[in-house]
Amino acid sequence: MSTGTDSSHEITLGVNGTARRVRVPGRRLLSDCLRHDLGLTGTHVGCEHGVCGCCTVLLDGRPVRSCLMLAVTADGHEITTVEGLAGPDGMSPVQRAFGESHALQCGFCTPGFLCTVTALLEENPAPTDEEVLEGISGNLCRCTGYQNIVKAVHRAAELRAEES
Amino acid sequence: MTTRLFGEPVQRREDPRLLTGQGRFLDDLGSGALAAAFVRSPHAHARIRDVDVTAALDVDGLIAIYTWEDLPERVGRPLPLLIPHPALTHGRTAYPLARETVRHVGEPVVMVVATDRYLAEDACGLIEVDYEPLKPVVGLEDAVQSGHLVHEDVPGNIGAHLVQEVPSASGLSAGEAIDAAPHTLSFRLDIERSASTPLEGRGVYARWDGADLRVYSSTQTSTSVRMAIAAALGLPLTSVEVIAPDVGGGFGVKIVHPWPEEILVPWAAMLLGREIKWTEDRREHFISSAHERGQVQHVRVGFDDDGRVLGMDVRILHDHGAYTPYGIIVPIITSTQLLGPYKLGAYRVEFSSVYTNTVQVTPYRGAGRPQGVFCMERTMDKIARHLGRDRTEVRAANFIQPDEFPYDQRMTFQDGRPLIYDSGDYPEMLRLVKELIGWDDFERAPNRGIGIGCYVEGTGVGPYEGGHVQITSDGRVHVSTGLTSQGQGHQTVFAQIAATELGVPIERVSVVTGDTRRFGYAVGTFASRAAVMSGNAIALACRKVREKALRIAADALEANPADLEITEGIVHVVGDPKAAVPLSTVAVLANPLRYAFDDEAAKATQFSGQASGGASPDRPPVAEGDEPGLEGRDYYSPIRSTFAAGMHAAVVETDPLTAEIKVLRYAVVHDCGKLINPMIVEGQIHGGVAQGIGGALYERMVYDSHGQLVNASFMDFLMPYATEIPHVETAHLETPSPLNPLGIKGAGEAGVIPVSAVIASAIEDAEGVDIDRMPISPSELFDLRG
Repeated sequence: MSTGTDSSHEITLGVNGTARRVRVPGRRLLSDCLRHDLGLTGTHVGCEHGVCGCCTVLLDGRPVRSCLMLAVTADGHEITTVEGLAGPDGMSPVQRAFGESHALQCGFCTPGFLCTVTALLEENPAPTDEEVLEGISGNLCRCTGYQNIVKAVHRAAELRAEES
Repeated sequence: MTTRLFGEPVQRREDPRLLTGQGRFLDDLGSGALAAAFVRSPHAHARIRDVDVTAALDVDGLIAIYTWEDLPERVGRPLPLLIPHPALTHGRTAYPLARETVRHVGEPVVMVVATDRYLAEDACGLIEVDYEPLKPVVGLEDAVQSGHLVHEDVPGNIGAHLVQEVPSASGLSAGEAIDAAPHTLSFRLDIERSASTPLEGRGVYARWDGADLRVYSSTQTSTSVRMAIAAALGLPLTSVEVIAPDVGGGFGVKIVHPWPEEILVPWAAMLLGREIKWTEDRREHFISSAHERGQVQHVRVGFDDDGRVLGMDVRILHDHGAYTPYGIIVPIITSTQLLGPYKLGAYRVEFSSVYTNTVQVTPYRGAGRPQGVFCMERTMDKIARHLGRDRTEVRAANFIQPDEFPYDQRMTFQDGRPLIYDSGDYPEMLRLVKELIGWDDFERAPNRGIGIGCYVEGTGVGPYEGGHVQITSDGRVHVSTGLTSQGQGHQTVFAQIAATELGVPIERVSVVTGDTRRFGYAVGTFASRAAVMSGNAIALACRKVREKALRIAADALEANPADLEITEGIVHVVGDPKAAVPLSTVAVLANPLRYAFDDEAAKATQFSGQASGGASPDRPPVAEGDEPGLEGRDYYSPIRSTFAAGMHAAVVETDPLTAEIKVLRYAVVHDCGKLINPMIVEGQIHGGVAQGIGGALYERMVYDSHGQLVNASFMDFLMPYATEIPHVETAHLETPSPLNPLGIKGAGEAGVIPVSAVIASAIEDAEGVDIDRMPISPSELFDLRG
């Protein structure tokens, strides 16, 4: 009887700047590995079919759905989760902008948005309204109606510009 | 400087943890707990012949498998019918695990416990259930016409039937008033199903230590879950604690309780002596929680030349799905809140609430109001069109006037109390929304339309909520209330109230909600009630604490309590800033001590001469009738609901070829009484409007004739992304409620209520065809064009 535990793999993930060695079954999702094997529960799981974006993390700096990836396929890669967005001086511009702009209510989708927007501004530091909408159009939020999230993205761009 | 935070857009105090991944949602807890998973029915209606678990027994890590036969008598009983009503003559609830019959796809049949969720699902996949399929009942027409039954002992599938009738001032019945009216119209309206769809599903985590049970649940009511668990498991209430941790959205669905899993997971945790957790997945949420909205309405209305409604008769067919755990609250709200800001001549409303082999129907944000408002606002638009009048004029002709409050609609509301509106100013609200959207200057163009919708929302229903406030000797203020939070910012707004009432910096105030260890008496978070109910209870509790603090400080300062005020956490004599004592010291003095655990505490010991009453050997250290400590508890229980209101307007554009619908502008004027935090109220409105747009244009539950929910995933159920939601322009009107000390009315559900009505109004204006069904897709609009 196949149980999934008989084919476990030892992998090394660079998570928020630290090398983490972990043994996982081949079928283990990256989201489950981060949450349950590494205890990084800030990455949330909203649908497990890649639509809601709650589980978005940065893989080598690019946003990916951690629910659509097996942990073993992330072996040797660098991952940033919401826990890794803040710097030594505190929250990142994106995190602060979300707080200032009231861009979160229940906070469940927030980690996915924060990772998505961090990557978006890395690539495009001053996005237009259209580019912001396009940039966050893969993340669902059921609380905010998105208006303050859009505002927060622009605010984050301002903060980044001021601080760079 | 006085500490005045009530009414300010204070930044949220819950945000730092949620922004850094430090939130504690249900599935973030219980690392190492066993995992539960469920075998659920793939059939909408079937008899269970046999359950064969043999193949699953070999799965590594399997701990236990349970069917209904394994449950003790008490645990295996049908789940409670939470809100009985005399008109609900045939209320039926599910068993925690199906007993003999399944009545919708997704009903739980077998519970599996294993060492992790993957293995639990492996085992589920190997369990074979032999079903004898029965004829399913799907859709409202099928329910009343097909002759097939969802429950063998419920004839005609009719669970409830209720009529409410209000005659005209001259004593005419609605039928007579309509027949006598100069103009009459009759039509049918359809609203399809949608659902709350929070991004975090349900979840339960239980641990039993041999004497006490602690349960975490992603719920809107921890106190009531606690009572339900204690009752089902036969435990003393004091042995059960229930905590709602951070909850990833509720929108109504999480007020239902106890869910089967809320009974089964704690029961198995006790039986096995192990921690167990169940986290709902997305498909489970679609097929095993609850939906709402589905109704068919038949309307007849009579009116005069000015559009004044002389008589209205509405017959509603309401689809409540397979079970009725939440009673008939939704159709009751539809039939009463349908009246909106209007005074009608005569009104008769009748509903039949019927069973179908689909997921049960319980409140989703708005809770029956969107359907009622759709009905009334479609009616207003049709009247205007019939008479060739402006749609806002017809509404204004029917408004209750500002000098007519309190206004008695002469009906019974969802709380069993008279439907009496407390306050409002509808003409001013209409003026504001027309100005905001530019109603009078709207430039007509092909395929562009403007629409409007008005509503009144009964908010802040009882029976009560409570608040507890404690000031400790470090000067911190600890506030707790029993109701729960799902993103409404309670830790911020309740802290604003406490900081304002007590005169302390908000940084010193912390708020705990939804934890029965801290506050055991509560009802829950629903019906836009949290700010009204707990907000007022906390204010009243703070006033008690303040009075005590002033009394003790007056003793210490040898002053008159009436001459004292509290600013920035310091009690001082008005006009003499030197005569002052911090609340931290007052808290020390309020609690006479024998032992000095620190320097501050030494002041309250028996030889210090400072402790309250301690100075006089003739008085007991704690005076008769007094209590040690600086704390207070109070409750707020209103005689009836408050009534918030709003008016929305929108401009839409339709594509002449593809019939795609785009919302160009969206304006909201909203009155929730006094605003505690305008930033949070606006956020609630934005989110509500977005859910309303989803319900108007995108979201529906698509059942096939076999009762399969064919779009049970986020790939097929179209929840709007940022690209679908217009910018929402808002303006506020504040007519304070005379019913509560803070004058607030509640705002949680408001945004969603009139959206379908507004969008229908605007599309109808753009296209010139009747929009009588919601949601409406481009292909449906295309077909309507003929």
